[in-house]
Amino acid sequence: MTGLWTLFYKEILRFWKVSLQTILSPVVTTLLYLLIFSHVLEEHVLVYPGVNYTAFLIPGLVMMAMLQNAFANSSSSLIQAKMNGSIVFILLPPLAYWEFFTAYVAASVARGLVVGLGVGLAGLWFAAVPLVHPLWMLAFALLGSAMLGAMGIISSLWAESYDQMSAVQNFIIVPLTFLSGVFYSTASLSPLWRGVSRFNPFFYLIDGFRYGFFGASDVSPLFGLSIVATCFLALSLTTLLLLKSGYKLRK
Amino acid sequence: MFPAIEIRQVHKRFGNVQALRGVDLSIQQGEFFALLGPNGAGKSTLINILAGLALADSGYLKVLGHDVRANYREARRSIGVVPQELVYDAFFTVREMLQFQSGYFNLRDNSAWIDELLESLGLADKADVYVRSLSGGMKRRVLVAQALVHKPPVIVLDEPTAGVDVELRQSLWAFIRRLNREGHTIVLTTHYLEEAETLCSRIAMLKQGEIVALDTTANLLNRYAAIQVSIRLNPPRLPESLQPLLCGQDGEVFRFSLKHHAELEDVLRTLRMEEIRVVELDVSKPDLEDVFLRLVRS
Ligand SMILES: Nc1ncnc2c1ncn2[C@@H]1O[C@H](COP(=O)(O)OP(=O)(O)OP(=O)(O)O)[C@@H](O)[C@H]1O
Ligand SMILES: [Mg+2]
Repeated sequence: MTGLWTLFYKEILRFWKVSLQTILSPVVTTLLYLLIFSHVLEEHVLVYPGVNYTAFLIPGLVMMAMLQNAFANSSSSLIQAKMNGSIVFILLPPLAYWEFFTAYVAASVARGLVVGLGVGLAGLWFAAVPLVHPLWMLAFALLGSAMLGAMGIISSLWAESYDQMSAVQNFIIVPLTFLSGVFYSTASLSPLWRGVSRFNPFFYLIDGFRYGFFGASDVSPLFGLSIVATCFLALSLTTLLLLKSGYKLRK
Repeated sequence: MFPAIEIRQVHKRFGNVQALRGVDLSIQQGEFFALLGPNGAGKSTLINILAGLALADSGYLKVLGHDVRANYREARRSIGVVPQELVYDAFFTVREMLQFQSGYFNLRDNSAWIDELLESLGLADKADVYVRSLSGGMKRRVLVAQALVHKPPVIVLDEPTAGVDVELRQSLWAFIRRLNREGHTIVLTTHYLEEAETLCSRIAMLKQGEIVALDTTANLLNRYAAIQVSIRLNPPRLPESLQPLLCGQDGEVFRFSLKHHAELEDVLRTLRMEEIRVVELDVSKPDLEDVFLRLVRS
């Protein structure tokens, strides 16, 4: 257990030491979105009855920040270690592949939650947001960050350069988060696009997370949770198998 | 008693480079062993496979009886590897790195040994400095310290003295010698052959992924190294029968290349019979460089 705990602690320390870049800057960026979109769209976008647009936007932005930062944490740590060779320090010790997985995913979750909390608390200054089902909220927050932590591991194992790594970030992760209903309710979309949204697993994360706050959602939270949990299990299994086989880590 | 390291029929290919072609090697516990060979011979590849950083295409490797794949945890606990590349984690200080490394090996409180390592490797005053800001030689010392945090019974050093100054090289070897006396098995690679010659009792020569020589240092020197003898003669003339041994002449000084010290006696007897006086005699010790060059060129 000490090995797993040490790796987790090291990963936490790694982002904590540069918290200006890893925590403060995503919080500020997200607040800028909040400022701009709530100003521009407040009067134009119809969401849930009785919920104003700014309040609606806040949970979405919190979840988006959590997802992007959970992904950034494991992926940037691993791609850096791979590129500069310091990955040997975790390949030489007797760490099991599941310890490797658990430590990186847990650190991603921690980073996601810290950034999410920062965005959420700052968001309270813009609008009051209820918290109807805190456990649902927490379940989606944890699963979402863990899912993206695992995706971060997979993509940094696959990537052979910083360029490939940022391609995954910019062409997969960012579009999936932006198009998941952060800025709108999918109920307001045309049936076609609403249908397409349902194939984006991030949609269920945002929707379920929002349910925790407002008690209202586009799809049933239980359905969303089962989709998200299935995705998480599949991603975890994939990551574990890749790590066990030494894919692109042990040549 | 298990051998410290057992390597059987290990092959490894990278694309179209056959890095290792059926390497067999056993190293006993307590040995001080050198793995030598020219650039690209496959030394680091073999070490990386032993450490689990790379995977062999076929064959098996064991550290103290633990298979490096099947029992990777025990195998990795038994071995400490100093990698050839100067790698470091930019985020942390020397002490932090050593504490993490201890933790990865499940050691909770290792600070006494960490302090001793820092002291022995001349890093005590750098303990709280970021590794990235150290000089190259200092970074190398940190790598050595990191490999030793768990007091591994088998210590493998891949060119630990590359870029390290004379003083530290000596103190590093004194420290490694002490560990060897205390029972640790030492395997090293180096391109400073005199280091291998003075430190190691046994040597393997690797060439293009194959072991071309494996013997005690003394036997290798006897078998492959020529003894260089320079003799000033009066009168300066050489009997016909000694011509084949001659490898050079500077005026009255004749240089011979001999296989054994015993041959010197024949040379001197012939000279005496021909009534040629030996004015000056200089015998140079055979050294590993000769062995190395002969094996590499053959
Ligand atoms: N990751 C890799 N990908 C492709 N080829 C590799 C890789 N690692 C090693 N090689 C090749 O395998 C061969 C053996 O390399 P290796 O690093 O083991 O040599 P070495 O004996 O350690 O040399 P040196 O004395 O220069 O350190 C070389 O031809 C090298 O180019
Ligand atoms: Mg090498």
